[in-house]
Amino acid sequence: MSVSPAESPPPVEVRGLVKRYGDLTAVAGVDITVNTGDVYGYLGPNGAGKTTSLRMMLGLIRPTAGTVRLFGRDPMLSVKALEGVAGFVEAPTFYPYMSGRRNLELLGAFDGHGASARIDEALEIVELSDRARDKVGGYSHGMRQRLGIAAALLRRPNLMLLDEPATGLDPAGMRDMRVLVRRLADQGITVMLSSHLLAEVEELCNKVAIIQAGTIVYEGEIAELKRGGGTSYRLATTDDERALAVCRAQPNIGDVRTDHGRISFTADDAAVAELSQALVEAGALIRVLTPQTMTLEDLFFSLTEGTDGARGERSIAGEHPESAEPAETAR
Amino acid sequence: MNPGVGTVYRWELTKLRYQKRTYLGLGAAAIVPIIFVVAIHFRHNQRGGDFAFASYLTRSGLAVPLVIILFGAVWMFPLITALVAGDIFASEDHNGTLKTIFTRSLERGQIFAGKALAAATYAIAAILLDGTVAVIAGSMQSGFNSLQSLSGTIVSAPKALELVYVSLLVYLIPIGTVVCIGLLLSSITRNSAAAVVGTLMISLLFQLIGILPGLGGTVPYLLSTQFNAWQGLLRTPIDWAPIVRAAWVCAMYGIPSLAAAYLVFLRRDVAGG
Repeated sequence: MSVSPAESPPPVEVRGLVKRYGDLTAVAGVDITVNTGDVYGYLGPNGAGKTTSLRMMLGLIRPTAGTVRLFGRDPMLSVKALEGVAGFVEAPTFYPYMSGRRNLELLGAFDGHGASARIDEALEIVELSDRARDKVGGYSHGMRQRLGIAAALLRRPNLMLLDEPATGLDPAGMRDMRVLVRRLADQGITVMLSSHLLAEVEELCNKVAIIQAGTIVYEGEIAELKRGGGTSYRLATTDDERALAVCRAQPNIGDVRTDHGRISFTADDAAVAELSQALVEAGALIRVLTPQTMTLEDLFFSLTEGTDGARGERSIAGEHPESAEPAETAR
Repeated sequence: MNPGVGTVYRWELTKLRYQKRTYLGLGAAAIVPIIFVVAIHFRHNQRGGDFAFASYLTRSGLAVPLVIILFGAVWMFPLITALVAGDIFASEDHNGTLKTIFTRSLERGQIFAGKALAAATYAIAAILLDGTVAVIAGSMQSGFNSLQSLSGTIVSAPKALELVYVSLLVYLIPIGTVVCIGLLLSSITRNSAAAVVGTLMISLLFQLIGILPGLGGTVPYLLSTQFNAWQGLLRTPIDWAPIVRAAWVCAMYGIPSLAAAYLVFLRRDVAGG
């Protein structure tokens, strides 16, 4: 009996994933669901547990607790769970004394199922055909990253797990990698990528999980995250002192403060309209009113450091960083 | 075609062809007999030493491989063997490539088996290469002549040649154990130099135990003693007792080492690289 897409298990389903090394808890109960067709960003500061959890997803590290299912199969039980799955954690690695092509031949042989026949095509996609016969030991970091993608493509994956694929690349390399990931996603490949490049994630991904100290502090749509963060405004008037009092007295205006000689606050469109009228009535005429839409970077810093990354001043969830709650918790 | 142990084995042999240590080991195995024969050539007027076949070195080239395996057991062959066995898992750690091969379509057990077979193949190749070069170089120097057995009987040259190769095969029993120890240390230490030196040290330790006063009773059960089991073939009639003992003593050391290496490899976390 065939299984309809609606019934088929998601590409990645992680529940309660924990990894401890002695007293150190590297991953402290991660829940993640990546659905078919997602381009899923996995964000977090250094040491937050991204790579450790990706290694557990690929069956490289045995979890202390919790489960990983890739298309419903457990990668710790058998490598068969990795059928249709490809990717790399940290920098992709190869045998430096063999050529790029020879490395791919080895990996193709280890994959079987005709993977070796796709070597030329994979090299073509990552634009490494010209250097394929050179030893990998002489490859630049960017070339190794691309060879890593080529090695992943040999498996004709339905899911790619990429750990910081653009790290260490020059601007052109980063652009090429972005284009490549977008192309893979357009081909219907589900992509989960970790990255420090928040603008890149914002551009590429439809969903994100943000991990902090081994725990997921947000998982969901980027658009939803940004909506949850609200829009902030900066205001200058003919009488800022009076305007500040009006803002504080006005309903649905939050987080009012002075910032570099301007008043800043968060509000929705309707509240701003009401505020404009109240300011006029109070005799504080508006000189400047600028919306400051929060970027993913702002939200990231808010969630991981409890501060506005751009200005480093406030928590989107409260006054005290240590009490900051995620705009949306894990599902 | 579905990949399996054979796939790993073939690719491990391919990888060995790319690595300098392979040629270093095989080169040493080939050049030592030549150096030895040159030394015999320049010392032919001097009396031979007090060891098996010493007096025959200048009368039959077939004595040369036997003398070399006699002395090679001290450190040369354990070192040559350890060069690859001690490196075969550790080099994956060094290159960070375990994560690359563990995320393909092969189970860890298959990868382990392919690698272990490749390390054993290299060791066999090194011993047979050494023996063959020694036979050729020895015969060129001292002639392809009959050989006196350890029992004093004369063995014809063709029969002696056959005995030389069978002796080499018996010699592979303790060499196999050295391979297992090398694999274990390679798997545990994840460091090629530590595994190679460690394997050599363990071989030397066995010899040290054999000469310590008061430990004479352990000698028949030491790994170092099993390197002399082949001498049973050079007696008339053949003395099978040391060969049989070599088989079970070496299994006693080798099988637990191999099993431990397998379990470490199977269960280890790949957190680096």
